[in-house]
Amino acid sequence: MAELQTQNVKKQKPGLFKQNQLAIIVLVLLILFPFIMSLITGQPANEGKPKFWEGQFINFFIMAVYAMSYDLLMGYTGILSFGHAAFFGAGAYTMALWLTHFAPLISSQYKITLPGGMDITTTLLFIVALLLVLIVSILMGLFFSGASVRVKGVYFAMITLAIGEAFHILSKATDFVKWTGADEGLHGVPVPLWINPTQHRLRFYFMALFFMVVMYLFLKRVTESPTGRVFVAIRENENRVRMIGFNPATYRSLAFVTSAIAAGLSGAMFSLWNMSATPSMTSAVTTINALIMTILGGVGTLIGPILGAGLMQIFSQFFYQWFGARWPLVFGLIFIALVVFLPYGIVGTYRLRKQGMKAGWTRFTKQFSAKK
Amino acid sequence: MNSDREIILEAKNLRKEFGGLVAVEDVSVQIQARTLHSIIGPNGAGKTTLFNLLSGVLKPTRGFVYFKGQDITHLPPHRIAHLGIGRSFQITNIFPNLTVLENIRLASQALGGDNFRLLKASSDFQKYVDKALQVIEWVGLKGREADLARNLAHGEKRKLELGIMLAADPQVLLLDEPTAGMSSEQVPALLEIIHSIMNLGDKTIILVEHRMDMVMSISDRITVMHLGGLLAEGTPQEIASNQTVQTAYLGDLYGDLTESMEGKNG
Ligand SMILES: Nc1ncnc2c1ncn2[C@@H]1O[C@H](COP(=O)(O)OP(=O)(O)OP(=O)(O)O)[C@@H](O)[C@H]1O
Ligand SMILES: [Mg+2]
Repeated sequence: MAELQTQNVKKQKPGLFKQNQLAIIVLVLLILFPFIMSLITGQPANEGKPKFWEGQFINFFIMAVYAMSYDLLMGYTGILSFGHAAFFGAGAYTMALWLTHFAPLISSQYKITLPGGMDITTTLLFIVALLLVLIVSILMGLFFSGASVRVKGVYFAMITLAIGEAFHILSKATDFVKWTGADEGLHGVPVPLWINPTQHRLRFYFMALFFMVVMYLFLKRVTESPTGRVFVAIRENENRVRMIGFNPATYRSLAFVTSAIAAGLSGAMFSLWNMSATPSMTSAVTTINALIMTILGGVGTLIGPILGAGLMQIFSQFFYQWFGARWPLVFGLIFIALVVFLPYGIVGTYRLRKQGMKAGWTRFTKQFSAKK
Repeated sequence: MNSDREIILEAKNLRKEFGGLVAVEDVSVQIQARTLHSIIGPNGAGKTTLFNLLSGVLKPTRGFVYFKGQDITHLPPHRIAHLGIGRSFQITNIFPNLTVLENIRLASQALGGDNFRLLKASSDFQKYVDKALQVIEWVGLKGREADLARNLAHGEKRKLELGIMLAADPQVLLLDEPTAGMSSEQVPALLEIIHSIMNLGDKTIILVEHRMDMVMSISDRITVMHLGGLLAEGTPQEIASNQTVQTAYLGDLYGDLTESMEGKNG
């Protein structure tokens, strides 16, 4: 895809602020958002309308990370995987299983306190949970890349689809009903009190926002690293990549692992947010969601998938209210229209047309200055 | 010359079959270090297939490839690249949606040992950018650094093709018809690049070319392939006067051969 390499030959480094002006303004607005809502509605930031809106944004932040993780694979490395929900679901289930079955067992037997007498058992167990999610995600990424290393094209898509489906079936399997709740899933996961999304909505809001920002910076850095440049080169011409001395299989694995980490962490956050893990999180629909969010926003841009996740949040929330059960139909039509008119997604198309738009805007403003 | 008859690359009884078709048949060639060795032959003679065997793209049905005495027959292409064997392609093989600079920078990064620095910006590794800029100037693409490779003219793409190979600083360079599709006005610039490579003193070039005047004037040795097998080998003079080559094949296919040799000698 025409991800125009904007870096110039001559090293020009504008100030950090000027370079990311828009992003920083948006970030400040997002930080202020709960308080602005509270001012507008006259309700405390942790209750009522502000609480509802924070919930909408929390969901958006988490899904944005999930969409970005897919963009790293599809947009940057050119890997079209249809098993992405397995990464998301693995993160969600790892977190939920640990908090439901293991963490309570351990904390009922051991107490870890700081010298001052402060009980940090749950905090430590939560950190262990995050580490477990990380490990499981890495293993999942390696498993996917290992299983699909020798196949290309349609066969690759089929294999990833099959593995994804296998994990979905596993999450529904009645054999493990005592552990996973099978079809029902796990509900009422005992999330540590200090980040309980219902009681500490505002805190969770900032945690999710922080999560998205950190993951964005992490993924952006990866895509700009020497390794990330090879990802893009593989997307462009895998054969030549091999001929100049890179082993594509290694880089594909790395892309898979990095993507799985981001997707797994977003799944874990999602299970904390919903205090549950359900088979729907491992389903093909969840994979398709990643695809739609990424394509909507613009593949190979990272910012695009964030926008795509935002749009998706708006669509799923309000279209249901407006159109009832028929909302996917309306959404489908809008999706088709967007793909037809914005073939490179919102961000991709904008970047391609930027020069033209700028010229148009100058022409437009010149008219007015000329009239004076 | 006789003092350093070091064989840098050797093909031994190479055979490659595609189904029933034998594309390369019992080919043995020794490439002497620091020479320009051309491989000529009509379309379909098996020259590109031989290159594919030497660079690891294809595995031979039978036979061996040795680099500095080491058996590299079954090494994957990226390992062969790391040994110092570079390759440019008959059919332009570039990164179309990346800039000229990035095309070449990637190639210079490939063998540098910083490929797994996931959390450092690639712009922090200035040495690869510098190397790329130097190669860009070398192949005559200065001023085109920021252009997307797909927007280059054909001749420029051929130069980029060479640049990608040169950026890795290989010892042995396999050039598969570098002038393919070029007009005759563009050839001298390319010849100059090839001369400048040889002038470095430590490079070995294996060249596949159809332009006979060019081959005759720049080669130290020439191997003639025909229907997958070897027809003859020798110095340009020997090849030009070789009766088998003359009658069996050069006479009608490269009618201008004797003329161009005579022109050179006279
Ligand atoms: N991958 C392949 N599969 C099947 N047949 C092939 C393959 N590659 C080459 N061939 C066949 O092998 C023979 C030799 O082809 P090759 O490309 O090596 O010739 P060449 O000498 O490079 O010709 P040219 O001068 O046209 O480039 C041809 O008959 C070709 O059709
Ligand atoms: Mg050929």
